[in-house]
Amino acid sequence: MAKMTIDDLKKIKEKTAGETALRHGVATVKITVHIGTCGIAAGARDVMGALMDEMTQTERTDIRAMASPCLGMCGSEPNVTVEVEGAEPIVYQQMDADKMRQVFRRHVLEGEVQTDFAVARIPE
Amino acid sequence: MILPAVFLLQPASHSLAELRRAINNRTGRKDRHTLKELALHILDVAENGISAGADRLKIIVDENRAANRLVLTIEDNGHGMPADIAFRAADPFFTTRTTRRVGLGLSLLENAARRCNGEMTISSETGRGSRVTATFAHDHIDRAPLGDMAATLIALIAGYPDVALTFNHNIDGHEFIVDTMAIKKRFGNRPITDPEVWTYFMALLEPDKGNVNHGENDH
Repeated sequence: MAKMTIDDLKKIKEKTAGETALRHGVATVKITVHIGTCGIAAGARDVMGALMDEMTQTERTDIRAMASPCLGMCGSEPNVTVEVEGAEPIVYQQMDADKMRQVFRRHVLEGEVQTDFAVARIPE
Repeated sequence: MILPAVFLLQPASHSLAELRRAINNRTGRKDRHTLKELALHILDVAENGISAGADRLKIIVDENRAANRLVLTIEDNGHGMPADIAFRAADPFFTTRTTRRVGLGLSLLENAARRCNGEMTISSETGRGSRVTATFAHDHIDRAPLGDMAATLIALIAGYPDVALTFNHNIDGHEFIVDTMAIKKRFGNRPITDPEVWTYFMALLEPDKGNVNHGENDH
């Protein structure tokens, strides 16, 4: 390997900084699908699929999807938690693909909590 | 799920299936108490590994129809379990979690395998990770179809973008491999929902799509 120059190091630094900034890019909405055994049996994978489908269709880059284990409310699975920056997290219950699409379009994109499926508001 | 007390008063002769129907009627929900695809079991076991701190997952589906055998292997590099806990992990009334007292995932998989003349084994070592293997008679009437493996992979990749995942599907000697590190290398940290990454990934999965529906039980 050729000897590294200061310029090479600078390039690496810039490249890494760019990638890191992207990774920690400003996320203002976090959507968590709970996929424990209970959630999976109740259809959490379809909910995740619908969420992915919606996310590929939006221009917004500040929305993050993630999965997490069982929330401890197995009877109301699939559960989805929506956290919008500056607002209390909302837990939605008994979700399916259609409800997920509705929550994404109305709550995530337009800020209107879908109280019909919301089970809890978690105080911060 | 917590059963209403009335179910505990039902005559003991009631089969599990009847009890399940009764619960479903009462809750107005469909029969959702089994995992109807092997791909859902895989998602479940993989999720266990990630909960155990794994950042590397290896999923192998090995189908050998000549030997009438289907083997699932899910390996993780999470924190693993000591032997006594691994031994009890498939017991539905054993769990290390504190949110509730039952843990059903592995016991469901073990039952599914046993129903199909197979078995499930767990090997694990503290600090090294775990490996869950489940075997099935390929043509067994009760064997669930492999199901939507693409959806399982998408859920894992979307839900846990930092986990390196390989999926290896071997069918009678034909091998199909997906390695998420290849996607990382190509697109850096762009999320799976980025349209360009999404299209690339869908194309990557395409060759395996025809494969998942070929078994007699796969419908």
